[in-house]
This record gives sequence, C-alpha cells and structure tokens, in this order.
Amino acid sequence: MDLTVLWFGIVGFFFIGYFVLDGFDFGVGMSLPFLGRDDTDRRVLINTIGPVWDLNETWVIVAGASLFAAFPEWYATLFSGFYLPLLFILLALILRGVSFEYRHQRPEAVWKKRFDRMIVIGSAVPAFLWGVAFANIVRGVPLDANHDYIGGFFALLNPYALLGGLTTLLLFFTHGVVFVSLKTDGEIRERARRLAIRSGAVTIAVAAVFLAWTTLSYGSPISGLLSGVAAVTLILSFAANLRGREGRAFALMAVTIAVAVLSLFAALFPDVMPASNDPANSLTIENASSSAYTLQIMSWVALAFVPLIVAYQAWTYWVFRKRVSRAQIPVESAH
Amino acid sequence: MNDLLDPLLLSRWQFGLTTIYHFLFVPLTIGLATTVAIFQTAWVRTDKTKYLQLTRFFGKIFLINFAMGVVTGIVQEFQFGMNWSDYSRFVGDVFGAPLALEGLLAFFLEATFIGLWIFGWDRLPKKIHLLTIWATAIGSTLSAYFIIAANSFMQNPVGYQINEVKGRAELTDIWALLTNKVALAAFPHTVFACFMVTAGLIIAAAAWHLYRNQHLETMRPALKFGLWMMVIAGALTVLSGDQLGLAMVETQPMKMAAAEAMYTTSTGADASFSIFTLGTPDGVHELFSIRIPYLLSFLSTHTFDGTVEGINDLQAQYTQLYGPGDYTPTIWVTYWAFRWMIGLGMVHVMIAAVGLWITRRGRQPRWQWLWRVAIWAFPLSLGAMIVGWIFTEMGRQPWIVFSLLKTSDAVSPGITGLDVLISLVAFTVIYGSLAVVEFKLIKKAIQKGPDDAPEPDPESGEVRHAATVY
Ligand code: HDD
Ligand code: HEM
Ligand code: HEM
Repeated sequence: MDLTVLWFGIVGFFFIGYFVLDGFDFGVGMSLPFLGRDDTDRRVLINTIGPVWDLNETWVIVAGASLFAAFPEWYATLFSGFYLPLLFILLALILRGVSFEYRHQRPEAVWKKRFDRMIVIGSAVPAFLWGVAFANIVRGVPLDANHDYIGGFFALLNPYALLGGLTTLLLFFTHGVVFVSLKTDGEIRERARRLAIRSGAVTIAVAAVFLAWTTLSYGSPISGLLSGVAAVTLILSFAANLRGREGRAFALMAVTIAVAVLSLFAALFPDVMPASNDPANSLTIENASSSAYTLQIMSWVALAFVPLIVAYQAWTYWVFRKRVSRAQIPVESAH
Repeated sequence: MNDLLDPLLLSRWQFGLTTIYHFLFVPLTIGLATTVAIFQTAWVRTDKTKYLQLTRFFGKIFLINFAMGVVTGIVQEFQFGMNWSDYSRFVGDVFGAPLALEGLLAFFLEATFIGLWIFGWDRLPKKIHLLTIWATAIGSTLSAYFIIAANSFMQNPVGYQINEVKGRAELTDIWALLTNKVALAAFPHTVFACFMVTAGLIIAAAAWHLYRNQHLETMRPALKFGLWMMVIAGALTVLSGDQLGLAMVETQPMKMAAAEAMYTTSTGADASFSIFTLGTPDGVHELFSIRIPYLLSFLSTHTFDGTVEGINDLQAQYTQLYGPGDYTPTIWVTYWAFRWMIGLGMVHVMIAAVGLWITRRGRQPRWQWLWRVAIWAFPLSLGAMIVGWIFTEMGRQPWIVFSLLKTSDAVSPGITGLDVLISLVAFTVIYGSLAVVEFKLIKKAIQKGPDDAPEPDPESGEVRHAATVY
C-alpha cells in the first residue's frame, strides 16, 4: 500500500482516538452545572475521568506530532491558517488541565467555584471549536500558491462550520453524560441517564442535519455511507439509553463519534486541505506529505508501538473500571 | 509595516517566553519523578515509614508542578505550525520524526502511568504501583531526549539532504539524527542540570522545616539526599558542559566567540576567559576585565595552545559561504548568559558542598541564618538553566536551523501582527496568573510538611492509604 495513504489513515486514527476519548472528558466537564448539585457531586464527576483525562488529551499531541512528521505542509497550513481558533483551544485546554489538578488543593468554596467554571469553559470551547475547524477543512478554505490560508478569521465562522461545532459540542456532551451514567453509582447515575436521553434527542436532530449537509455538499459515496452508519449507531445508542443499558449506550456513542470523524476524513480523501478558491492550490496527501524514507521509519515505529500503547491504556481503563460514588469522596476535602 | 505589529518580532517574543515558561516546570518534573521513584523504592524495600512519607510529600509537589508542565507543553507542540509555518514546511520531514517519537514513546507512557500512580495507591499491588512511578520517570526523561535531539538538528543539522524541487530538508538517516553529537552532549548536560534544580528544591524544603526544628525524622535524611544530589549532579553538569562546549566549538564556532565577545582570533594565553567585563554592550570597547589566560583555549580545544576563532574572521567566512548578511548574534546576551549560567550554578553547588561539611556526621549548623541561605538559594540553579537555554538559542541567531534557514524566513506568512499580539498578550496574562497560583500551592505544600504515616487497620492489619481523589 502507498505509505501516504497509510499515514492519512494513521493521522485519522489518532484524531479519532482523541475525539472518542477526550470527547467524554469534555462532556463530563460540561455536565458539571447540570449534574453537580453540590461539591461532592462535582467531585464524583471529576473523579470519573481523574485517572485518564491526561492520557486522553495526549492523543491530540500525538495526532499533531504525527501530522507534523507525515504531512508537514498540512500541519503548517492548518495550524497557521486556523491561528486564532487553535489559540482559543489551547487556552481552554490550559484552563481545564490546571483546574482538574488545582480545584481540590484548597477548601474554600470560592476557590472551587472558580475552577469549576474554568472546567466548564475549558471543556465547552474545544468541544465546539474542534468541530468548527474540521468542518472548515472539509468545506475547503481559500489558499494561495504557497498553501497559506488567506481567508481571515471571520470566514471560518460560516454557517456550515458553526453547525459542525454545535454537532461536536452536542455529541461530546451526550457522550460524557452517558459516560457518567456508566461510571457512577447512586442517584447521580440515574440523573445522568435522564439527562442523556434529553440531550441525545437534540444531538440526533442536529447531527442528522450536519451529516446530511456534509454528504450532499462535500461528500463521496463512502463518506455518505459512513455518515449513515453514524446516524444509525447514534439512534441505537439513544435506544440503549432508554432501556438503561449504559455500557451499550456508551460503546455506541464511541462508535458514532469514530465513524462520524471517519466520514469526514473519507470526504476529504485524497485531499487533505481542499482550496476553495482554486483547486490547483489544494493540499493533497501527495503534495503535503513527507519523503518516502521518513514515512517508512515512522511506519515501523507506529507498527511496533501503537499496539503496545493501546494495550497499556486499555489496562488503565481496566484498573479503574469500578464505579465512583459519593461514599468514596472523603468528607474533609482539603488534603 | 508598523514595527510594533511585526509578526516576526512578536512571534520570537512569544516563542521565547512560552518556551522558557514551559521549562520552568520541566526540570522539576524530570528530577522529582526520579526522586519520588527512589524514595518509593526505598520504602518498598525497607518498609520504613519515613520513606513513605517522603514519597508522598515530594509526590504531591511533583503533581502540582506536573500539571503546569503538561498544559504548557501542548502550546509548544502547536506553535511550530502556528507561528513558524515556513520553518515547519522546511524542516518538517526531518524535525517531525523526533517529535512524533516523543509523543508515541514518551508522552503516552508518562501520561498513562502518572494516572495509575496517582489513583493506584490502593488498587495496585505495591510492586506494580512502584513500577508505575518508574515508568513515569522514564517517560519524562525520554521525552527530554527526543526534544533535545530535535533541537540539536537546529544547532547542527545532520542526517538530511536538501530537496531542491520541494525546497526543503529531507531526512536520510534517522540514526544520525538521533545520535547527533550535539544531542549526545546536550542531553546529559540538561538532565544533570534538571537534577540540580530538583536538589535545590529538596534542600530548600528540608531546610524550611529543620530551621523550625520540626519533622526531623524525615527532613534530616531529605536534606542529606538533596545536598549529595546537588554536589554530584553539579559535578556531572560541569563535565558534560565541557563536552558540550567542544561540540559547540566544532559545530558553531561563532557561538563560542560570541560567548566571549572575542572579535579577533586568538591563540594560547591570548585565548583567555573573562570572568567579568565593563565596556560597551557589544564588547568592542573594554574598560576593565578580569581574565584567566588560556582558559578559553582549554574550553574550546582541551589544549592550552589552541586557536579560537574570533567574531570578525567568522563573520567574513560566513559572508563568503552564505552571502552578505550579519551573522553575529546579540553579543551582550550571549556573553552574560554564558557567565550567569556557569556562575549561578557553581554558587549553588558550593552552597551545597558547604552544607555537607557543616552537617557532617549528624552535626547541626551553629548559625541559624545558614538555613535561610539554603532556602533562598533555590532559584539559583533554575536561573542557571534558563540563561543556559537563552544562550543556546540566541547564540544560534540569525539562524533558526544553523547554516540552512534564517529565523526571518521561518515565520508564518499567513498570520498578522495582530494575531500574534492577541496570543502573546493572552499567554502572558494566563501564564502570569498561573505562575502565582502554582508558586503559592507549592509553597503551601512544602510548609504543610509530610503527612503522618497511615495507621494499620486494627482488624485486618492492612495499611490503607488515604484514597487519592481529586
Ligand atoms: C544548572 C544549570 C547549568 C549549569 C550549572 C551549567 N549549565 Fe551549561 N547549559 C545549561 C545549564 C547549565 C542548559 C540546560 O540551560 C543548557 C542549554 C542547552 C543545553 O543543552 O543545556 C546549557 C548549555 C550550555 C552550552 C551551550 C551548548 C550549545 O549551544 O550548543 C555550553 C557550551 C555549556 N552549557 C557549557 C557549560 C559549562 C562549561 C558549565 C560549567 C562549567 C555549564 N555549562 C554549567
Ligand atoms: C527549554 C528550553 C528552551 C528554551 C528556554 C528556549 C528558548 C528560546 C528562546 C529565548 C528563543 C528566542 C531566540 C531569539 O528569538 O533570538 C528560542 C528560539 C527558538 N527555539 Fe528554543 N528554547 C528551548 C528549547 C527549544 C527546543 C527543545 C526547541 C525545538 C525542539 C526549540 C525551538 C526553537 C525555535 C524553533 C526557535 C526559533 C524562534 C525564535 O527564534 O524565536 N527551542 N528558544
Ligand atoms: C520547544 C520545544 C518543546 C516542545 C514542542 C515540547 C512539548 C511538550 C508537550 C506537548 C508536553 C506535554 C506532555 C503531556 O501531555 O504529557 C511537554 C511536557 C514535557 N516536556 Fe516539553 N516541550 C518542549 C521543550 C522541552 C524541553 C527542552 C524539555 C527537556 C529538556 C522538555 C521536557 C518535557 C518533559 C519532561 C515533559 C513532561 C513533564 C511535564 O509534563 O512537565 N520539553 N512538552
């Protein structure tokens, strides 16, 4: 197989991993005001992702680095072109990360409240902006002959992209709430399940419009097929939730997100950044990629280590498989 | 274009500031991960409570610091594309590989096992739990290797060829890239310096409690540990710095000339090292200086009659090789940064050596103010480390990749000065306030001291650790 195609797939794999995993972290973060009635509740919520959010976030670092290594032109164009949205994502991730670690360091309510708010913002902003960014990639942006983005910031906020952002926001929200119902016990679990049903219904409606728009305007037969699959699994997840099958609902949400991202990558292929002004300026897997030697080296590394990485991460999830409940949160919180 | 909104200048400020900021946390992460692992190993082997207390005490400081290292690191990873897209296009084929290796081999390891360590106290068997902190320590040290290998390509490009059609450097030999002689010297130098910074923290924390005559059980051994760590790491830093100096003279002679502000090529006794100079900032006119003859010759060549090239000759040489232009870095920065790096670090090592002497065989210092010196000395090594990097990076200018690409040709053409101004202000504000929060938290954690050892359960006899939760 052509290595550029393989690496298009590997980059896609890392982004899918990122959205599936950090996606529920975002959802849990956003759910604090909805599900966290008191401080103990909020700590239960945060502790469902406590041991894993950092490794989930690392997927985007690896996605970015492998983009850099395998498609330097794509990395350069995308990151400099979407400068401000990426800046906001970075700032949000900074706030979210330190808040998880620092909110419990002091007992004062004001202190905790401030960090809780930062967790919500730090989760919602990336959840929305990643969708905006990916929708813009699929839609195509104006590029000059040096492949530099020439559209300006506000051109990125077009209706299709905003709908994309809303879709990812809702998908991640529901994904996170379902995760809470799977990982907690007691009353909060029941509340999470009910919230997931309500947000699931809204998500289905919005995602359907977005996936249809993608398929009709920018899609290929394969991406259309994948969009259809994503829609079906999303509905199945909703149904599983109605029947209280949390594990199945969560797995189906994960599949939905994975397949939806896959359909975006399929819609792109073989372009990686289509130029909306002049197809000659488009970045493709060919003209954006690294040399054959670099791709070969990277392929060996990926082949050797990705299975190992997946294995030890799966083990982590296994170690922390127990549900979190209020009883496990110590009363005296400052420690 | 309006000077204030020059994307190049602003991007340079932003990159410098954010990288220095990232590196305020990295040394403690690298050093404390290993230190905590050592204490925990001692606990698992001897079952002595004091080692458990030390593990948890420094573990807590480690975690507060770790969070900042992680969130500022992501910014670093994205900035090459955001602000330096033409750089990324030019070197991506070469430079991306070590970065991707870092992510796959080091960051995943670190991020996964740190979670297992924090939350795994009661869920994992003792020995497995010990392994998780070692995996974290290995991950963080490994990440330093890959990032330094990447940086070393910028100092001394190897293992590549230029593809004229695509106008970029392409990797031809990954092994040459990973065994770049600059990397082989810079990695130990940086890691030993990280251990110095960590030793400084351990000494300061221990001194704070010993000054108040409390927690003697744990803080006496901690002090000893810190003092020895400082002296040993200090010696190794000097030795590796010496090797690094040789590699630097070979690959970037201009940097050594700039480090000494030496304009004319000199040999033997004339190739002297000045400890201190008064004169114009560019070093052309000198009023007064204290000089050690032969030392620069020794540093550069390991012989006393070696020849060290001066700025003027190198400038002429480079003009011939690379065309007209100014190939001299900012002299006052390189000159003083080099001295401060060595000076601050050496003062810290000397303080530790004196401390070892004073506390030999369990003695107590006679003067209480000595404790304060030990506490306030903490920033010395960290300062040395930062100016060392400023020296390395500013001494490479005007090149971003030595001899291949200039910094002025590397900045993203697509971004505006306003974009960068927004990000620069945002980073400064957020980083500034987080620095205050983080400093206070670490101070508080240190002052709180080690927790009491957990009591065994009266019925089962098992020791339950206070569950670690957020
Ligand atoms: C505690 C910190 C510390 C201390 C005491 C020293 N250094 Fe250092 N030095 C660093 C921390 C550092 C660093 C970690 O900041 C740098 C920046 C880049 C690098 O690899 O290490 C560095 C760079 C650096 C370079 C530049 C390499 C280059 O640009 O290619 C040289 C030549 C030296 N060092 C030499 C020395 C010598 C001869 C020292 C003592 C006699 C010394 N350093 C003490
Ligand atoms: C942590 C230690 C480091 C510090 C404190 C540091 C600091 C700096 C500073 C102050 C500059 C600005 C120089 C100037 O503009 O005159 C700079 C430039 C640069 N550094 Fe580093 N650096 C570090 C490590 C690295 C590493 C490991 C890499 C790459 C992997 C790197 C990549 C760059 C690049 C691309 C520039 C060019 C941009 C510019 O000139 O401003 N740096 N660095
Ligand atoms: C300018 C270049 C740099 C880039 C692109 C970079 C990138 C990153 C990233 C993405 C992280 C977060 C990892 C995580 O989520 O676990 C990180 C953390 C870290 N970086 Fe950097 N870094 C740079 C400079 C350096 C230097 C010069 C060193 C060491 C000499 C270093 C050592 C570390 C270590 C040990 C960590 C992990 C510990 C921690 O998170 O505090 N970095 N870096």
